[in-house]
Amino acid sequence: MILVYVDHDRGVLDELSLQAVSAAVALGQPVETVLIGANATTAAPRLGEFGVTNAHIAIDPRLTDYAPQAAGRAVAELVTSLSPVAVLAVGSPRGNEVLAHVGAILDLPFAADCTGISLGSGSFDVTRNRWAGNVIEEAVVHASTLIASTAPHAFTADPVIGSTPATVHEFTPTLTDADVAVRIIDRTGGGGGGGVGLAEAKVVVSGGRGVGGDGFGPLEELAELLGGAVGCSRVVTSAGWRPHAEQVGQTGTKVAPDLYIACGISGATQHIAGCKNAKTMIAINTDPEATIMSYADYAIVGDVSTVLPAIVDAVRAAKS
Amino acid sequence: MSNLPSKAKCVVIGAGIVGNSVAYHLARLGWRDIVQIDKGPLPNPGGSTGHASNFIFLVDHNKEMALLTLDSLRQYKELDTFFESGGIEVARTPERMQELTRRITSGKSWGIEDMSLITPDEVKEMVPFIDETVILGGFYTKGVGVCDSLRAGTLMREKAIKMGALQSFANVEVEDLTVADGHIKAVVTDHGTIEADYVVIACGCWSRRIAAMAGAQIPLTPAVHQMKDIGPVARFADAKGDLEYPIVRDMDTNMYERQHGTGLEIGSYAHRPILYDAEDIPSNAEAALSPTEFPFTPEDFADQDEHALELMPEIVGDEGAQEKYAINGLLSLTPDGMPILGETPEVKGLWSAAAVWVKEGPGVGRAMAEWMVLGQPEIDLHASNIARFYPGQTATKHIKDRTSEGFNKTYGIVHPAEQWASNREVRKSPYYDREKPLGAVFYETAQWERPFWFESNASLVARFGDAVMPRTSEWESRWWSPIVNAEHLQMRETAGLVDLTAFCIFDITGPGALATVQQVCVRQMDVAIGKVVYTPVLAPNGGFVSDLTVMRLGDEHFRVVTGGAHGMCDQKWFKDHAAPGATFTDQTEAISTIGVWGPNARKILAAVTSDDMSNEGFPFGTCREITVSGNTVLASRISYVGDLGWEIYVPMGEGLTLWDAVWNAGQDHGLIPVGIGVYGTTGRLEKGYRAYGSELETDFTAVEAGMTTKKVKDADFIGKEAHLRHRGEAPVATACVLTVDDHTSSTGEKRYMMGGEPILTKDGLAIVDAHGRRSYVTSAGSGPSVGKHILMTYLPPEHSEPGTHLLVEYLGEQYPVTVTGSGALFDPNNDRILS
Amino acid sequence: MNIAVCIKRVPLSPGRWTLTADGTAIDTSGSAMGWTLSPHEECAVEAAVQLAEGGGTVTAISLGTPESAEQIRDVMAVGVDRGLLLETDGAEWDPQATAGAILDAIRNDDTAFDMVILGTESADTGDYQVGVRIAHALGWPIVTNVKGLSVSDGVARCERVAGSEREVYEVALPAVISVKDGLNIPRYPSVPGRIKARKKPIDTSTPAHPGQRLEKKSLALPPQEVGTAEVIGSGPDAAPKVVEILKEIGVLT
Repeated sequence: MILVYVDHDRGVLDELSLQAVSAAVALGQPVETVLIGANATTAAPRLGEFGVTNAHIAIDPRLTDYAPQAAGRAVAELVTSLSPVAVLAVGSPRGNEVLAHVGAILDLPFAADCTGISLGSGSFDVTRNRWAGNVIEEAVVHASTLIASTAPHAFTADPVIGSTPATVHEFTPTLTDADVAVRIIDRTGGGGGGGVGLAEAKVVVSGGRGVGGDGFGPLEELAELLGGAVGCSRVVTSAGWRPHAEQVGQTGTKVAPDLYIACGISGATQHIAGCKNAKTMIAINTDPEATIMSYADYAIVGDVSTVLPAIVDAVRAAKS
Repeated sequence: MSNLPSKAKCVVIGAGIVGNSVAYHLARLGWRDIVQIDKGPLPNPGGSTGHASNFIFLVDHNKEMALLTLDSLRQYKELDTFFESGGIEVARTPERMQELTRRITSGKSWGIEDMSLITPDEVKEMVPFIDETVILGGFYTKGVGVCDSLRAGTLMREKAIKMGALQSFANVEVEDLTVADGHIKAVVTDHGTIEADYVVIACGCWSRRIAAMAGAQIPLTPAVHQMKDIGPVARFADAKGDLEYPIVRDMDTNMYERQHGTGLEIGSYAHRPILYDAEDIPSNAEAALSPTEFPFTPEDFADQDEHALELMPEIVGDEGAQEKYAINGLLSLTPDGMPILGETPEVKGLWSAAAVWVKEGPGVGRAMAEWMVLGQPEIDLHASNIARFYPGQTATKHIKDRTSEGFNKTYGIVHPAEQWASNREVRKSPYYDREKPLGAVFYETAQWERPFWFESNASLVARFGDAVMPRTSEWESRWWSPIVNAEHLQMRETAGLVDLTAFCIFDITGPGALATVQQVCVRQMDVAIGKVVYTPVLAPNGGFVSDLTVMRLGDEHFRVVTGGAHGMCDQKWFKDHAAPGATFTDQTEAISTIGVWGPNARKILAAVTSDDMSNEGFPFGTCREITVSGNTVLASRISYVGDLGWEIYVPMGEGLTLWDAVWNAGQDHGLIPVGIGVYGTTGRLEKGYRAYGSELETDFTAVEAGMTTKKVKDADFIGKEAHLRHRGEAPVATACVLTVDDHTSSTGEKRYMMGGEPILTKDGLAIVDAHGRRSYVTSAGSGPSVGKHILMTYLPPEHSEPGTHLLVEYLGEQYPVTVTGSGALFDPNNDRILS
Repeated sequence: MNIAVCIKRVPLSPGRWTLTADGTAIDTSGSAMGWTLSPHEECAVEAAVQLAEGGGTVTAISLGTPESAEQIRDVMAVGVDRGLLLETDGAEWDPQATAGAILDAIRNDDTAFDMVILGTESADTGDYQVGVRIAHALGWPIVTNVKGLSVSDGVARCERVAGSEREVYEVALPAVISVKDGLNIPRYPSVPGRIKARKKPIDTSTPAHPGQRLEKKSLALPPQEVGTAEVIGSGPDAAPKVVEILKEIGVLT
């Protein structure tokens, strides 16, 4: 049996977690999931569609919102009682964090951001990302139970045909006050770049060094017209031209929009790591040989300061 | 890159300031069908141009560099890519203050205006954030400023494209250069092969590697220059321009500081030499910044941080001024510090435009294009000529040793006679083991160790007393000894033995031999066998390419003897202009040379040979084989020192026998060993002999140099047309000999000029001839036999009359000099030589 | 407040990695190879220095080769007071071994730390767990992925970004905080900072390697998805074609 930690936000299932479920199913073992908090109960049965037989839900009155150490404690407890061959989660910030706690509590190794997993006995072979996927590692995990996260988008979430709803099992983990001390106590706005969140945006209009500090006006305009978000490269945030929340790349936000418009971006590896999952990419650059052109579907050779206003006008005309 | 052409007249590899400039000037001079490629993107392909600090200081002691810089400045201004800010070289030591006065005199010699020596307070007025208490003064040049080398290069490239002369391709990498029959054939790239008649390597740091693909040598190394930009600087917060204060060079710490927008750029040539190979440079894709911007190593900048803080505490000491950008930037260094320009000696049609910095880039571009299209650049490039290197000087060890030694002299006080310390004793004459015990002080020429004087002659100094013209100042005593003058005086009394092994010697033989020497040399070469002819070698413009001696050893056998330093260039020149059927044999490593001169020279040689050495039996200007100690050697009766004597050429292996025989025979006739100090300076100057690289350059014609013959030979020779024209015109300047009337400085010390100083009118005004050339001291040195310090210079007719009183400016003071004429001060009728 | 900040020497990310011939490591032999900290750690250092400006010390701890002293000097130049270099022979230390070595260093040090701050994951191995393991061993709370941090009255208020929101956590010190790039804009060294850094102390120790439980076997570079973009025009004339494409892919209706 493989146990998968499935994340949710106040009862809304984390779609990325389904990728980890499918990765587990593909390993040919029965798949059970663990979710944290009573408000997960409504979300859990749907997991059956993805091949989950049993969904365990940790219940404690203190688990009203995300609390990573408590989650880790609950998962660890379940590992001890159910003895799964592996514990998986998606390699999201939360998935990695919860599994790190599980590893620490059980004193087991944890392999993050795996793109390939094979089961074994006493040791497991994994393929995992280093350098945000720019280097691939083949590694062996020496452990009785594998703890591993799946790299986002490395696996697709596939519904299982003929599946039945998962059976929900509620349990009460033994939690100390310390376990629940770290938890979300408040939420504020201002996470993303304002407007549409960068990570979820369907259109990202992104600017690099070639845009210049004063040149982001047309990018904002186009993003607004297309209901998208503005992004930028690390050079731009380093120069203080744009807030860090808009940075796309290895150390910024990784995006997978329908359309990515790269304006005056040369295409450093750092940046490509964050935008290569875009469905369509248009690059605007004065240098037809810029690296970004190798990743783009369409290229416009020219200066952003003249090309972009023309596109804004054309889009505006097309919309009216 | 489907449209990369498969053929071109010329391929320029490299799109930095040099490649762009070469391409533009080739186009301007009428070439078409030029293709430029670079492995990086445009406009900044990632070489040294892209991270250059871009400032241009005008003064250089070296005339060639100064003229290239001035021409570059003119071009940057024409392209509207230069901003004049003024620049100050500050001094922290008295030695540096003296050096700054020397720099001003060099500036005056090359025609640079608006220079002045300023006090610390005046520096402070212009650069208010400097701590004036750590400096003793500064040298201000108004014309200093910053260029935009990337923009200038782009403009030049675009102009050439617009003329329909150039196609330019980025991201095309050279994989090979193919050569056939010693001629460049094609450039093989990752996007296809381009056949070409000419290929120019303007690849900066990568040049050596690219040239090696064709089997040619461009001896340079990539080396680190550290630079950091700190900011924001509070004082510059409201700066309207990039540069509102003069650029400061902190010469004694080998550093510079300049405002750059709201930041302060601090650069250094003070750190340990950090050298790389071209193979170490990453590709554009692999590089974190650009390929030539290596990560900054702060530990190498430790002293520099302290020095910058001392000089500009207000800015550098501000914790808010942070390292926004810091790199170990790569630039190109060469073994002798000069660029590497011209057609490679190994491969016809393959040209090098390498080891060029931003400040001389456009000038080099123009000069290279002139050289390629017209056969000769306007600015004499002999010191940059790629042909100057002997094989040993292109070896990796030599490059690494010399660039390591030279790097920290970038802002150094380099004495004109300063010798290299590294990689010495590479070429030793057969006499080395005799010379060393005699206390020979060795100087280096073309890697040969040559005695400059012999400490064994020290006792002669007392003997000749004040006639040795003793010097008290440290600067002029450095790399000099009164023994040189003592040797001179003794040679004139008895005889001297001189080691001349550093000569470059090559034979031209075969049915094309005569046609070749006739074509290259001005003098009549179709002379009797056994004749020795000293001859100018001219460029197409009638200026000097060389002066050298040719011996006719047979109907189809000529031997050329020329100076070691320039010999490789001469060989290339002869080969480039050889007639069919001429065969070249380099004898430099096979033959060594000694000279025996002085009133007793004949007696000494008569003692070692039974051959007829009499004036009648062995007249001046002839050569023939004689037998010494059972060995046959070639004796040639000529003189560069003004006394009777012979040069004797001997196979290397037999040299020591010859030396010992002459030495032993000479003991009864007062023979002493004599160094090159006499041969190259004192003896020569007393006779008014011109020297290549000093009086003789392409800037000056044979007529101006006063080296014409009564009659011009009928046979054609290079430069003949120009030479005939010059003979028909009155020269606008002529080579003159001057003596210094009073050496006494304001402090009462006697000072002796060393060369390069400006000659001024009695009123202290610059002397400029009708071609715009300034008068400066081309050679300087003692004339012990005439008791005068001798200067040579070119003077326009109104100043060249014997007896004219002029001034020479030396280290900030002016000294009276008198024109003595254009020829010998000593034995003007050559009675001694012809005796 | 006394803060320990954990930093790791990693090669400066070039445009393209190359691997050693045996495929077990990134080739760092190139002369142009620079070394740096993970971007997250630059922010960790900046946060530590800012927090200590109100009084306290910052100690940088680095597990790595002797050359890691260069990175310790770099962070000293921006205000870190002292360094603990846990010297290795260059072999890899997996996250458990790394956490153990840092833990020993913290426990053995004379300073009583109020906070351990580090990057959520290192740029090279991306393990996401060293901080968590240290926190569990110390019995301290940890907040990870921190992009906003302030401390008052012994309580650290942490913010992390989730979508368009910021989640707020509060933990009592001592605590472990693991941060993300973007937490702050790290300062660069000033010249006085560089000069002072050269005189600050680095204590070196050599921890014993407990063995790898997450054991690297080999490395590979992902296939480069290199294509060539279809050039749809140059300059503003390309605008109509862009509108067509937007319609085609459904982002403009």
